[in-house]
Amino acid sequence: MTSASAAPARPGWIGRNAARVEDDVLLRGGARFLDDIVLPDALEATFVRSPIAHGLIRSMNLDAARALPGVHAVLAFTDLRAVLTQDDIPLALPAGGLRFDVNPTCLVIHEACYVGEPVAMVIASSRRIAEDAAALVELDLEPLPAVVDPVEGLEPGAPKARLSCPDNLVAKTKVDYGDVEGAFAGAAQVVARAFRLNKGGGHPMEPRGVVARYDEIADQLTVWNSTQMPHRAKAMLVETLGLAEHQVRVTTPDVGGGFGTKAVFHPEELAVPAAAMLLKRPIKWVEDRFESFTASIGEREQVWTVEAAFDADGRIRGIRGTLRYDHGAATPYGIALPFNAATNLIGPYALPAYRMDIDLCMTNKTPAAPTRGAGRPQGTFVMERLMDAMAQRIGLPRDEIRRRNMIQPGQMPFTIPVKQRDGSMMVYDSGDYPECQRRALEIAGWDDFPARQKQAREQGRYIGLGLTNYVEATGRGPFESVSISIGPSGRIVVSSGATAQGQGVKTMLAQVVADVLGVAPESIHVVVGDTSATPAGLGAYASRQAVTAGNAAYRAATLVAEKAKTAAAELLEASVDDLVVNDGRVEVNGVPGHGKSLTQIARALAGTPGFALPGNLPPGLSASNDFMTSGLSYTNGCHLAEVEVDPDTGGVKILRYVVVHDCGRMINPMMVEGQILGGVVHGVGMTLFEWMRYDADGQPLTVTFADYLLPTSDVVPRIEIHHLESPTPLNPLGVKGAAESGTIGAPATIVSAIEDALRPLDVRITQVPVTPPQLRALIRQAQVAESAP
Amino acid sequence: MFDPRPLNVTVNGATVQRTVDSRVHLADFLRKELGLTGTHIGCEHGVCGACTVLVNGASVRACLMLAVQAEGCAVQTIESVAAPGGALHPIQSALARHHGLQCGYCTPGVVMTLLELQRESAGRAVSEHEVRAALSGNLCRCTGYQGMVDAALEVLNAPAAQS
Amino acid sequence: MKAPAFRYHAPTDVAQAVSLLASLENARVLAGGQSLMPMMNLRVAGPDHLIDLGRIPELAGVAQVPEGLLVGAMTTQRALETSAVVARLCPLLSEAVSNVGHQQTRNRGTIGGSLCHLDPGAELPVAAAALDAVMIARGPQGERRIAFADFPADYLTSTLEPGEILTHVLLPVASARAGSAFLEFNRRPADYAIVSVAAHVTLDEAGRVAGASIAVGGVSHAPVRLADAEAGLVGALADAAACAQAGRLAATLACDGDDLYPADYKQDLCETLVRRALGAAFKRAGAGHV
Ligand code: FES
Ligand code: FES
Repeated sequence: MTSASAAPARPGWIGRNAARVEDDVLLRGGARFLDDIVLPDALEATFVRSPIAHGLIRSMNLDAARALPGVHAVLAFTDLRAVLTQDDIPLALPAGGLRFDVNPTCLVIHEACYVGEPVAMVIASSRRIAEDAAALVELDLEPLPAVVDPVEGLEPGAPKARLSCPDNLVAKTKVDYGDVEGAFAGAAQVVARAFRLNKGGGHPMEPRGVVARYDEIADQLTVWNSTQMPHRAKAMLVETLGLAEHQVRVTTPDVGGGFGTKAVFHPEELAVPAAAMLLKRPIKWVEDRFESFTASIGEREQVWTVEAAFDADGRIRGIRGTLRYDHGAATPYGIALPFNAATNLIGPYALPAYRMDIDLCMTNKTPAAPTRGAGRPQGTFVMERLMDAMAQRIGLPRDEIRRRNMIQPGQMPFTIPVKQRDGSMMVYDSGDYPECQRRALEIAGWDDFPARQKQAREQGRYIGLGLTNYVEATGRGPFESVSISIGPSGRIVVSSGATAQGQGVKTMLAQVVADVLGVAPESIHVVVGDTSATPAGLGAYASRQAVTAGNAAYRAATLVAEKAKTAAAELLEASVDDLVVNDGRVEVNGVPGHGKSLTQIARALAGTPGFALPGNLPPGLSASNDFMTSGLSYTNGCHLAEVEVDPDTGGVKILRYVVVHDCGRMINPMMVEGQILGGVVHGVGMTLFEWMRYDADGQPLTVTFADYLLPTSDVVPRIEIHHLESPTPLNPLGVKGAAESGTIGAPATIVSAIEDALRPLDVRITQVPVTPPQLRALIRQAQVAESAP
Repeated sequence: MFDPRPLNVTVNGATVQRTVDSRVHLADFLRKELGLTGTHIGCEHGVCGACTVLVNGASVRACLMLAVQAEGCAVQTIESVAAPGGALHPIQSALARHHGLQCGYCTPGVVMTLLELQRESAGRAVSEHEVRAALSGNLCRCTGYQGMVDAALEVLNAPAAQS
Repeated sequence: MKAPAFRYHAPTDVAQAVSLLASLENARVLAGGQSLMPMMNLRVAGPDHLIDLGRIPELAGVAQVPEGLLVGAMTTQRALETSAVVARLCPLLSEAVSNVGHQQTRNRGTIGGSLCHLDPGAELPVAAAALDAVMIARGPQGERRIAFADFPADYLTSTLEPGEILTHVLLPVASARAGSAFLEFNRRPADYAIVSVAAHVTLDEAGRVAGASIAVGGVSHAPVRLADAEAGLVGALADAAACAQAGRLAATLACDGDDLYPADYKQDLCETLVRRALGAAFKRAGAGHV
């Protein structure tokens, strides 16, 4: 499947399909996920949640719940307030751009703003008793009108999603460069389209969860949190609970998937530790699936109206339009998601002029925050659908119009005059976009397809081939940290602020360190996601950890190797330049056996009372590095999908899926492919299955896995993955991120294929997910139009 | 209300006698009473398959079965598939080789499903279609299923498996 | 979420079960648990008493009797799916049951549980409707036989009397020159059907339709038999035109729709699935014209 074979490109571990160090314990069922943590004396919590999308608490009677045997406490906000320094959770990203910030509280104080928002907390000897008690809480809410649709919510006279906000327009922003008016004024052609992309979520198979224990004697709070960002969780707890850094430890157990859902700090992540401090008892809360559908963040709902101006030969002159975005009931991520969407639209194409007006609407739905792809699948979707529309308008093949507009490898680095979150311009660092598309077309049999398609149509079968190119900004900074230490035991311990939710982060870090130190990855012990092991860190978001932590590990390991060599030079009375690190030993080049093991060197550097350290080096065979990024590295790819549409049912079957992917140099191709596979399938879900639906009152309609459809093994195609490797100049390893790019390309690709399959009917898809009834309705309309005189 | 019921069940070959609250489902019983936390809970409404165990050899959703319904049954969980510290079962090692797991949360359920398929398909070749149908009751958000499918095809269609 | 509390009862014969069910307040029968358990775990069902039929041996198993195929209500869907007797004598049931859920749910789920739960998207009620299954129930007043057509009462509700338990299902044995097919449309193969169709036909020696029954599920609270189409088929040549004609009639069925699956979409599915299912049934019955 991979063009990068298992054989190493050079001796060493980087670039090899090393076996994952994570797998053995997971396969045996011996891993420890959050719900597997059992503390003596622990209680279990559940939450009473708002049953309506918008309302004011008139009264809440907790007596019956409190009286149930086995119930330890039933807490409202006022109870928890006793241990809090402030009412709200200060989530707001500093680079706001918002007209107003809306931070959540750990429990509703007065106004409930979405179904599922936690209102009260029940703590009992077991979860089932806590739930029995929760059912006895008498919550009386005065219903208020709910804002459900982000377009309607921005209309004059719309009800307010939050009474305290002036209106629902959270932010008005734009991406704007070049002479857009001029581009349209002089254009030979203009196509206009409107799209709606609906809400979906991350849905890790392990829901969220928190265990908190407050140790009164040590005055220490320990929190096990199934999170992607323990350091940020710690910062929130320090601030809201009024503790000092040394008093709080947040650590992640094994985490069963994240996909963005576990990145943002949710109200329960404060409520549980606060309750543990208040009650001085360990408390566990494990989100159940029903809760995760209502209380965990999601995103993706965007409504676009766009126009593209282009020349007669298909060269694009400019794009303009509006993007309205559903922000949900709080603003944990500022304007990041629609901004990602609008900027990722540009993709691998030279777009001379661009203006997108972005309106963010507050609604009475669960707050929106990044979910695998983080707005980018939508932007790519819009651009690629425009490309197809342009091609169709002037009768150019879909591949050719893209080729004519692509940024050429010789233009790298390519600057786009759009300012990023960190104030820098958007710069594509490396990549060969035309070659990426060329290879994908060749593999998928693009040139032969029209003949196959014609043949199929003669048999009454509607097959189509879809094409998409995209880029993804990966490796977001500002930094990630790694420390490596080898103690007298000789054991190599790597600790990092990176966090693991299944990506294989431990294997990735072990491989990098193993490569430098010449040892086997499985001999390295990696600690991630623990604030007590690594004081500073950021964690998992924006496909960043191979870039940031990977390079930090590389640099730290290089420092360790250098120190080992310096010490060994002293011990061996040799010149540093003659020494090499190999197989866990520092040896004199060309004199096998003449050297010192890293263990021996570590022992020497541990110090002996009264004796000098070798070479008067600082003690300890250890080193740390905080890798600071100097810009985003852009991964790119080309996807092709072949689908068959059943025109009678509107059913879509994906017959084949091809990915050519370029994330620079790969540390472990097998794991990169794992990320792409999972990402593409998430994108398949977004395109054909997953839709978090609400009724007109803001009641969620899809709160089980029977109603919210995840792709299953019998509906996803085999995905063929091939690689280009254009190393980025931005980091020593030359690596870029890979975790989200599969999702970014999939929706546009599949929809392109569906439209291609139905070309004789000229069906135009404006919404994802594409459901069979919607598709059938479009087909029927087209059939009626065709049969009309 | 507590409705205590005696329960006699064989779990991973060992006889277990307990008194359980009748409303406790088998997954919670295994996890909380017996400490067998390899059986995971992903939905508790019978769709995700994370809780899959074998009861008298047949795969079941342990969240959709009361512990008391297992009276007299033989239950097999992931913890029994490879001896502690011993070699992995061929299905387990193939999953690792084919990258059929990432976060590993769905993995125990997947292994139990594949064990049943292996037993039922002994002596014949299985198709990719059949493997995908069998695995369709196990949701996985990480892998896109491909590595699991390849692992199953490799092990179930190995020459020795068919003889 | 965890199920609310209840008292658990595990009778070992039908008489005990019937008397428990008749005497206890707010009691429910637990068959395979594949529908009731999720409802309890979501706290949308909260019986005070749960009567588990899983310990009653006489309720499980398949037997050929003079009247047809007698299937115990607690026979698991997986047992039906793998039964050679069922495949031979009642292939429509075999085909329908293989479409039910996943193997993990078929291993526990029972025929009786599915027929009594009557989910509009469920497969087995549609097969039972097409086959004119006879439901055999036992209650405080003794045994009663109910034609499947009279079995559904309302959404998720049967006409079983309080205290009655479904014990067996009697199915006709397929004759020579009979053919059947079960087809459904859903988003993912193991999901409940949006619309499902069970068709059963018998041909005469000339290749004309001697009898046809067509049931459609997913369009109403209970499966619907296409009486007009069935009547129109009798005597017709078993060919594509007959399938198309039946499909056109199916498209006029009154369907319950919602925002996601509107009624007119379901009518389209009725047309397509009836046409296709009938075609497959004709072919299996040996018709040469489809
Ligand atoms: S937890 Fe049992 S099927 Fe999901
Ligand atoms: S490996 Fe994470 S859910 Fe399957």
